[in-house]
Amino acid sequence: MASLMGILAVASALWGAASSAKSDSPNATAVRSAAGADNMRIEGERRFQANCGRCHAAPHKFPPRMMATIVRHMRVRATITDEDMRLVLYYMTQ
Amino acid sequence: MLSGSAGYFNFVTAGQNQLDAQINPVLLLPLGDRWLIETRAEFEGAFQRPDDGGPYGGMVSKNLDYAQVDYIANSDLTVTVGRFLTPFGIFNERLYPIWIRSIQQDPLILPIATGSSDGMMLRGGFPVNAKANLNYAVYVSAVSTGHSNLESDRNVGGRVGFFLPGPRLEVGASWQKLLQDERSNAFGFHFAWQPVGLPLSMHGEYARSNQGSGYWVDGAYRLSQLPFWRMAMRRLEIAGRAEQFFSGQISADEAEDLELPGANTREGEFGLNYYLHDGLKAVASYGRQFSSDGNANLWTVGIAYRFAFPLGRMGAQ
Repeated sequence: MASLMGILAVASALWGAASSAKSDSPNATAVRSAAGADNMRIEGERRFQANCGRCHAAPHKFPPRMMATIVRHMRVRATITDEDMRLVLYYMTQ
Repeated sequence: MLSGSAGYFNFVTAGQNQLDAQINPVLLLPLGDRWLIETRAEFEGAFQRPDDGGPYGGMVSKNLDYAQVDYIANSDLTVTVGRFLTPFGIFNERLYPIWIRSIQQDPLILPIATGSSDGMMLRGGFPVNAKANLNYAVYVSAVSTGHSNLESDRNVGGRVGFFLPGPRLEVGASWQKLLQDERSNAFGFHFAWQPVGLPLSMHGEYARSNQGSGYWVDGAYRLSQLPFWRMAMRRLEIAGRAEQFFSGQISADEAEDLELPGANTREGEFGLNYYLHDGLKAVASYGRQFSSDGNANLWTVGIAYRFAFPLGRMGAQ
């Protein structure tokens, strides 16, 4: 009987651990979100260097709405792709 | 928002000094998520002494480079209507502003099939696979002769380019068919390359038409990798350009009207650019021109500034 109770206790603990891994705690979500933001910023910088750096150096950062206008202007002028534009805008407004 | 550039230069060509002051305001007005109105004007004063001496004098030229309405139809297509920079090669659209160009003198072949067009254009860029993006522009332009600042030719044309983000290399080709006068064709090729890991930027173009043909290649290298005087070296850039022009089937007078050389010409230039501040740089260069019309030294010193101001409430958010 004791061994049966032990098996049930271990099974219960394992089930609990698996359940907690499936449901995100707020901290885990925040960590993943921060990691995603870092990845987007790094990718945005890479896209900036590849697209914008072909002609000019990085300017100082401008307010977000101003930056959005500049990036839209450059999207048309330099025919950069939609995805590149979004990532460059993210990088330049962080 | 109001952006643009301003600059002051001394160009000394074969001993003749020219004082050049210019301001090129750019107005950008976004409307909603898909529309953009954009214009750029060019005000340039070029002053020099008459050959027989006397005070400096000259003209102030005013040009409307573009005044266009862009509609971003989807991720692959933007529709442009109005007056726009002719998408032939890359210098006219991308490298022309004085705060961007690494050598301030225009390339010899710049007048071939460039300038501004009045009409409609379709353009865009999209990835064709994980390693390459394609960009394109096709346009039709109407003739405009009524106002000297709004002139354009009746023509059709297009440009296509492939950009490889990995090696940061773009290659492309342009074509233009004139639908008036000689109904001639012009074509060209271009490249842009920024090696990964090196603060080096290279560009080049080849163009050919009945007006002439030629090429230019330029490079700019930021000295940020030098192990001494790091603060100064990271702001200093060395630049150079080599170019050649071959006369076409037009007279020397017609070439002069188009601002093309009147004879076969070779040119090499070397320059230094020092970035004093974001958007502000001091420039100096020396070049030597070899032509059957006579050889000449080309000196340039000056300063170029890029500005950007919010209009209305744009800067507040």
